[in-house]
Amino acid sequence: MVGRKIGFKLTFGVVLTVLLAIGVFAYFNIQSERKSLLTEVERHANQLSEAVKSDTEYDMLRNDRERIHESIRRIGKQESIDRVRVFNKSGEIIYSSDSAEIGTMVDKKAESCYRCHSAGKPLEHLETQERTRVFRPHRDSSRLLGIINPIYNSQSCWTAACHAHSKTQIVLGVLDVTIPLTDVDRNIRRSQVAIVILAVSTILILSLIVGFMVRWWVGIPIQELLTGMRHVAGGNLGYRVTVKREDELGMLAKSFNNMTDKLAQARLQLFQSDKLASLGRLAAGVAHEINNPLTAVLTYSSYLLKRSHGRPETRDDLQVIVSETIRCREIVKSLLDFARQTVPKKRKADINEIIGRAVTVVENQLALGRVKLVMDLDAALPNVTVDANQIQQVFINLIVNASDAIGENSGTIKITSKAISVRPTGVLQIKRALCPKRHDLVDRKVRIDGKPAISMRFRKKEHTGLIYINPMYGSDEHRLSGMPALEEGVELLCPDCSTSLIAEGELCPKCGSPIYAFEVPLKGLVQGCLRDGCGWQSWEEVDTAWSDEFVEVRVEDDGCGIPKSEIPMLFEPFATTKGQKGTGLGLAVTWGIVDNHNGTISVESEVGVGTSFIIRIPVGS
Amino acid sequence: MSLVRDILVIDDEPTVTQAVVKVCGAEGMTVTAADHVSEALRCLEESKFRLVLCDIMMHERDGFQFLEELARKGIQTPVVMMTGYSTMENAVKSLSSTGTVDYISKPFTADELLTVIRRSLRCAMLLDKAESAGLPRNNSMSYVPCPANYYRLGYVSWVLMEDEGTARIGVSDLFLKAAEGIRGFELSAPGEVLVQGTPCAVATSLDGSTHEIMCPMGGKILEVNADAQSTPSLVEKDPYFKGWLYRILPSNPESNLQWLSL
Repeated sequence: MVGRKIGFKLTFGVVLTVLLAIGVFAYFNIQSERKSLLTEVERHANQLSEAVKSDTEYDMLRNDRERIHESIRRIGKQESIDRVRVFNKSGEIIYSSDSAEIGTMVDKKAESCYRCHSAGKPLEHLETQERTRVFRPHRDSSRLLGIINPIYNSQSCWTAACHAHSKTQIVLGVLDVTIPLTDVDRNIRRSQVAIVILAVSTILILSLIVGFMVRWWVGIPIQELLTGMRHVAGGNLGYRVTVKREDELGMLAKSFNNMTDKLAQARLQLFQSDKLASLGRLAAGVAHEINNPLTAVLTYSSYLLKRSHGRPETRDDLQVIVSETIRCREIVKSLLDFARQTVPKKRKADINEIIGRAVTVVENQLALGRVKLVMDLDAALPNVTVDANQIQQVFINLIVNASDAIGENSGTIKITSKAISVRPTGVLQIKRALCPKRHDLVDRKVRIDGKPAISMRFRKKEHTGLIYINPMYGSDEHRLSGMPALEEGVELLCPDCSTSLIAEGELCPKCGSPIYAFEVPLKGLVQGCLRDGCGWQSWEEVDTAWSDEFVEVRVEDDGCGIPKSEIPMLFEPFATTKGQKGTGLGLAVTWGIVDNHNGTISVESEVGVGTSFIIRIPVGS
Repeated sequence: MSLVRDILVIDDEPTVTQAVVKVCGAEGMTVTAADHVSEALRCLEESKFRLVLCDIMMHERDGFQFLEELARKGIQTPVVMMTGYSTMENAVKSLSSTGTVDYISKPFTADELLTVIRRSLRCAMLLDKAESAGLPRNNSMSYVPCPANYYRLGYVSWVLMEDEGTARIGVSDLFLKAAEGIRGFELSAPGEVLVQGTPCAVATSLDGSTHEIMCPMGGKILEVNADAQSTPSLVEKDPYFKGWLYRILPSNPESNLQWLSL
């Protein structure tokens, strides 16, 4: 499970990269340190070797063997020196700091000799580097660095009193100094350990920091989004994702919340219409069932009331029964009225006039409540096809509600009407267009009004060329280059695969010319007229999703407002806040009527500031 | 066919028929109760009734099927339809059906029931009288001549479509006669919206009983006849011309007219 988390993967990737980088760095670092330390020791050994040579030169010339023995033994005792020895030309050890060796022969193949003798014949001159060797006498002992220093023949040698060497000899013997590398190896190990510790701690700290940042910036918001999605999938559309950031994830969270809101709204509408429909059926049944027993109660009680003259105490009680039963009758009646919102009987009507009528009905009531009514009606409102009575009922309900919200105080009700347009044409850009074989028709090099155009190839006999269509959906002027006059035989093809783009068997409903069609991925088919200047285009998915123009009416009050928590229940039957005053069906009826007109109703409210009800009725319905 | 009884009440709900029997019985009327249409038809074969009170929604056969049965059998006993499912469709359909004289929605008080029964009995009596005088027994029968282009909702109300697209609404003379002397009218105010098949005005008769006048056509009230309100006798004397009640702007005349008869 952990391995599947994106945070873990990201952290793992970063740590692996760092591990590689540090590992390579550490390896080369150790190598170069080892090399430089060794070079230093080599130099030191060479100096030492030269010092021994010059120290013993005088004694050599005098052939004072005892003194040479003494010098070599003294030098060999130094801690930083393993041993010092001198071989003669035949490989016999003639002097050594280890006296037990003196007189023994050195194997030519021994590590101190192979440098010169491995090639078969002795070499006479060697570079410093080539004279050194690092070796380990036993597997368990520490490493040693040996340096050989050939003692060359010189005039002072063959002219010396001892006449030990002839003039023809080149190399008289070899001085071999061996230095233990214990300290150097210890230093190398120490720095190796230091680098490994550094690398490990760097990796640990880095992975902690990266892990923490990834978790903070990516893991937690994604987790939160995931939780949100689970909630939404589980049906909890009220869940809000709390990612308050400006980055992509913050934007994602914002769009997610936005989507959830839209979803909740759509579900509410759907749920509401479903519920209202079943409530309507229920109300009809209930009304019928309840009215029969109510008939018995009402007839008997009113009959008894008629005959209760002279018995005031019974009379009063019966009066209560009668009036309360009549109240029940009114409630059932309103339920039936509510259930009766069947198919509205629609005619063309002027919404402003309907508002005017509604206002006349409630005017007296408003005057009593010291309510000021402000109207801002758009005189150029298009007529809408509505059931005028029902819509009037909607406005009456809303105005009465507004005046109830204002209550005893004085306040203002504002009614605004205006036409709004949310047409997709001229607003929506076609961003992707595919031929039947799924080649992209959008040509990013050719732009119309700055937007990549849709390209097609036309062919008519020997003429061929490209035409470009304005990607703004529904724009009238949609051709850049002209096409041959529309006659039989004009073909419209995909520029890539030459598949025909003409919709077979279909004609432009506006002018009867052939039409082209292409697909917008996931958004259906766009069709358009082939004839230059016609400009007809159709995009069913979008046309149906975007309704035509709307008439919008807002009824605003500066009354008590509605708490946020109550808004979702507002349009439910019997959700009254007016207590005994209303039947609790007013807004449910209002909702039902607006819904029956394919309209929408929404609420904006703030406690203590006021409430606005916004009704939108499609003009074309 | 020996005895003439006053009322036959048909309802598949015994509490309702018992209540009607009790209330009407206390007023000295003879009432027979039937649980369903078949039983009612048997009762009608056995004895003569002055009025039938019939529920609309019943299990076996409903009230409208009962009306068809009456028409088929040629029984002319006037019927008052009643229903607990008081939709305007039911009201309008009831009033415009052949054989019905009135409509009452459940639940009702004893007084409301008695008012409707008395008014219907008088209406039936007036129809009988007219028939015996050689006039046709239908809702165009009237004592005060009614112009031919008036649409009528049963015996209750009328509407006249005017050239300007408005309509005039009034109450039929038979309804007024059956209500016996009107003391006053309670009318709605201009601007209010009337719905076909719901009460549009209330008439109070001299004995204090109130009579709801069913609206023949829905629409917004443009004008209320002030004369009718101030001098109710004007309505009784001239119900089709000077005694009109409202001038309205019909909201849906085409669909309203299908329930009305010329």
